[in-house]
Amino acid sequence: MSTATAPRQSAQAPVDNPLTAGQLPSWVTIAVGVAALAVSALVFTLLDTGGIALIVVGAVVLFLVVMHIISLAVEGSRRAVDRLAKHVVVTMFLLALLPLISVTWTALSHGINRLDPEFFTYSMRNVVGAGGGAAHAVWGTLIITGIATLISVPIGLLTAVYLAEYGRGALARSITFFVDVMTGIPSIVAGLFAYALFTLVFGPGTINGIAGAVALSVLMIPVVVRSTEELLRIVPNELREASYALGVPKWKTIMRIVIPTAVSGIVAGVILALARIMGETAPLMIAAGFTQSMNTNPFSGQMMTLPVFVFDSYARPGIPREPFWDRAWTGSLTLILIVMLLNLAGRFIAKRFAPKTGRK
Amino acid sequence: MSSTAPAAESSAASAGLVPTKPRIGDRVFQGLSTGSGIAILVILALVAAFLVLRAFPALTTDPATLAAQGYGEFWSWVLPLAFGTVWAAIGALVLAVPVAIGIALFISHYAPRRLAQGLGYTIDLLAAVPSVVFGLWGIFVLAPALIPLHVWLTTYVGWFPLFSGQPSGTGRTIFTTSIVLAVMILPIITSLCREVFLQAPNLHEEAALALGATRWEMIRMAVLPFARAGIVSAIMLGLGRALGETMAVALVLSGQNRVDFQVLTAENPNTIAANIALSFPEAYGLRINQLIASGLVLFVITLAVNMLARWIVARRAQYSGAN
Amino acid sequence: MSKRIEAKNLDIYYGKFKAVEDVSMVIEPRAVTAFIGPSGCGKSTFLRSLNRMHEVINGAYVEGELLLDGHDLYGPGVDPVNVRRQIGMVFQRPNPFPTMSIKENVLAGLRLNNKRMPGREQDEVCEKALRGANLWEEVKNRLDLPGSGLSGGQQQRLCIARAIAMAPDVLLMDEPCSALDPISTLAIEDLIQELKANYTIVIVTHNMQQAARVSDSTAFFNIAGTGAPGKLIEMGPTEQIFSTPEKQETENYITGRFG
Repeated sequence: MSTATAPRQSAQAPVDNPLTAGQLPSWVTIAVGVAALAVSALVFTLLDTGGIALIVVGAVVLFLVVMHIISLAVEGSRRAVDRLAKHVVVTMFLLALLPLISVTWTALSHGINRLDPEFFTYSMRNVVGAGGGAAHAVWGTLIITGIATLISVPIGLLTAVYLAEYGRGALARSITFFVDVMTGIPSIVAGLFAYALFTLVFGPGTINGIAGAVALSVLMIPVVVRSTEELLRIVPNELREASYALGVPKWKTIMRIVIPTAVSGIVAGVILALARIMGETAPLMIAAGFTQSMNTNPFSGQMMTLPVFVFDSYARPGIPREPFWDRAWTGSLTLILIVMLLNLAGRFIAKRFAPKTGRK
Repeated sequence: MSSTAPAAESSAASAGLVPTKPRIGDRVFQGLSTGSGIAILVILALVAAFLVLRAFPALTTDPATLAAQGYGEFWSWVLPLAFGTVWAAIGALVLAVPVAIGIALFISHYAPRRLAQGLGYTIDLLAAVPSVVFGLWGIFVLAPALIPLHVWLTTYVGWFPLFSGQPSGTGRTIFTTSIVLAVMILPIITSLCREVFLQAPNLHEEAALALGATRWEMIRMAVLPFARAGIVSAIMLGLGRALGETMAVALVLSGQNRVDFQVLTAENPNTIAANIALSFPEAYGLRINQLIASGLVLFVITLAVNMLARWIVARRAQYSGAN
Repeated sequence: MSKRIEAKNLDIYYGKFKAVEDVSMVIEPRAVTAFIGPSGCGKSTFLRSLNRMHEVINGAYVEGELLLDGHDLYGPGVDPVNVRRQIGMVFQRPNPFPTMSIKENVLAGLRLNNKRMPGREQDEVCEKALRGANLWEEVKNRLDLPGSGLSGGQQQRLCIARAIAMAPDVLLMDEPCSALDPISTLAIEDLIQELKANYTIVIVTHNMQQAARVSDSTAFFNIAGTGAPGKLIEMGPTEQIFSTPEKQETENYITGRFG
């Protein structure tokens, strides 16, 4: 019989096609899975050390072992190892989804109660129990991250331009190195720096919005430099040459040709950097402080921010605690939503507005 | 540059080759961008200078004064904290690395092409959850849920030294903290690993498949050797994140200033970052200096880890199959 | 508008490395001059030195003289930016600006050099340049679409239109057809024939038939070995170079016998 047209594993005739090998039909996987779950549930219930988590873990282990043995018998050791690797890898992925789902669900179910207009229009001034809101924290977050962005983006962009277009020699190398160092600064250390700087320069007790913004800038600048530099470097050199050949000066080539070509990615990078600093808590706790009232002046007085609001509501609740914890969850939910929206916006911009190079 | 007769100058000018007015745009722009680069160096120098300046009293004041007005002698105070920082971060790594590599492989080599990117985004969403939210989740959901596991482990696996001792009744242990940290560093390790896996040369992969390798053998032959340096640096960067993580630890861990290897008991070491966050609002005088000095210690530790990561990458780069 | 280029004992260096040695030649206006020779022989480097594009690489400099109608291109105070406004260039691979429409691409040089002109005049310049590049009929209905949507040959003609919109004196072409299919190549070669009425054209090509077809005079460059500088071996009317070259080296290269 011809190799090309031979039906695989026909039930009647013994197969002598050398290209076929033992193969497990796909229903076996499902069957073993269900069986493993059932056995695990039974065993752990009988042992009386139940708990859903334990049953699931047992089922997964059982599934992996049994499938491996079956596969060893039917498909041979190489295919069995391949199958085991695949199952382990899939398990790992599902395992990682657990916390994601759990966190989102918890924040949603606890936070949805207070996701009302009052939450976004009232501060915590003179609020003892229920009611009140995080308007002061929302404004604080917007103001502080806004200022941080205003500080970080020009410095970050221009540094990236220097590194990608002008930089060479010792200065460029040391800037690259220290941007790396800056990437590794723990956020709380950035907060300590802003605190040390402001209390030393402007006198003890200087804790305000600007200090918080400076702390966040220390964290944001290296991220902006990194992403922008990478994007500028992938702008094809041919475009720069084309522009030079038209007699366009270098700075204008950078401003009008290189940056516009990379702009969607640069904007996306800035948004992702913004999303990263928006959730920072520790540096703001130290540098920007706490308050219960609205403060829109970054130059004077402590300023509340959403992450600090969440922490404060949880860690220092009044009596009864529940309204405070509810507000903490609503604050968390708001934060998650803002950060996720920023992430999505960043990715959308990067994809949608990327210039087409037109090369096939 | 070139040698020319002086006469050429006027003729070149008349031909429009010499600009009539000096071109300042280039100089201004180059000056600005170079200035920004230097500004970064200045900022970093300031960070170091101010931290050292404020940390100095903690290192120079005599232990007796520190014991009275601060948290006690500096090194005996900070070393247990440093231990706790490293201990929790290592625990997080042990948990996160296998999972992260598995996920990265799943996305790069197992998931259907069309799904892969979406799955990658899903994992990246974990990075979008602020650390304070992870902290709340850890204390409200994870810690209570893990209490039975604490009991189970101490009962059945208690012969293993790390799992020995009286199980914690709250679940706010190093064990739980490490899990939270693991979840938090998962996205960064995953996305870095995914990138190196995807960069593995297609030719090598196809060569392996053409030799009759199964997918797993192909990964072991063509992908993992290529990616080794990248994986190591991803792990180190994840370690750097875990070391510096503050709020989640501050919320979840109920720690004291002590060295303790048992991960399931009610007595846990604290971490530097969490300790600063929790103590800073009430701190005054020398205590502030001591906290800032501990921040400096944390900075040095993370710096060392990051440097090590870059060194590994630089050293391995020439051996990887990249060229 | 068309100008004459004269090189006198020109050496080109990249840092310590001498890429081209002792080239002296005259490039006539209103004619096509072709540079041929094996890879790495310095013909592209020499071409790029004609409008100082080789200076994009750090540490590049020249010794000797390069005169454009008698004015030294490397004289004191001469700005490469101004040189390039008078000497345009077309590259190996078509490189339209991806962020700009077809029309914006054509007008890019003028706009980026702060030439303010009313809309009517812009349209005229654009049409003239596109007609000059034999592209007008193909794109006149989609001037506002991105330039990257065109085919490779059309993109290359767009780049030529972009260069001639600046009204340069000289047009340098660095293997302009090497990334194109035969039909697009033919279109570009026809275009070169038309353009030489108004411009001094210098073209680098690996394709000897192409040099024979389009050029009036041909210069043959060669290199002694790796690391050695490229040299001008021989230059003359194209017919003579391809039929009765003076140097054995040239004949070997042209007949395909090497070494």
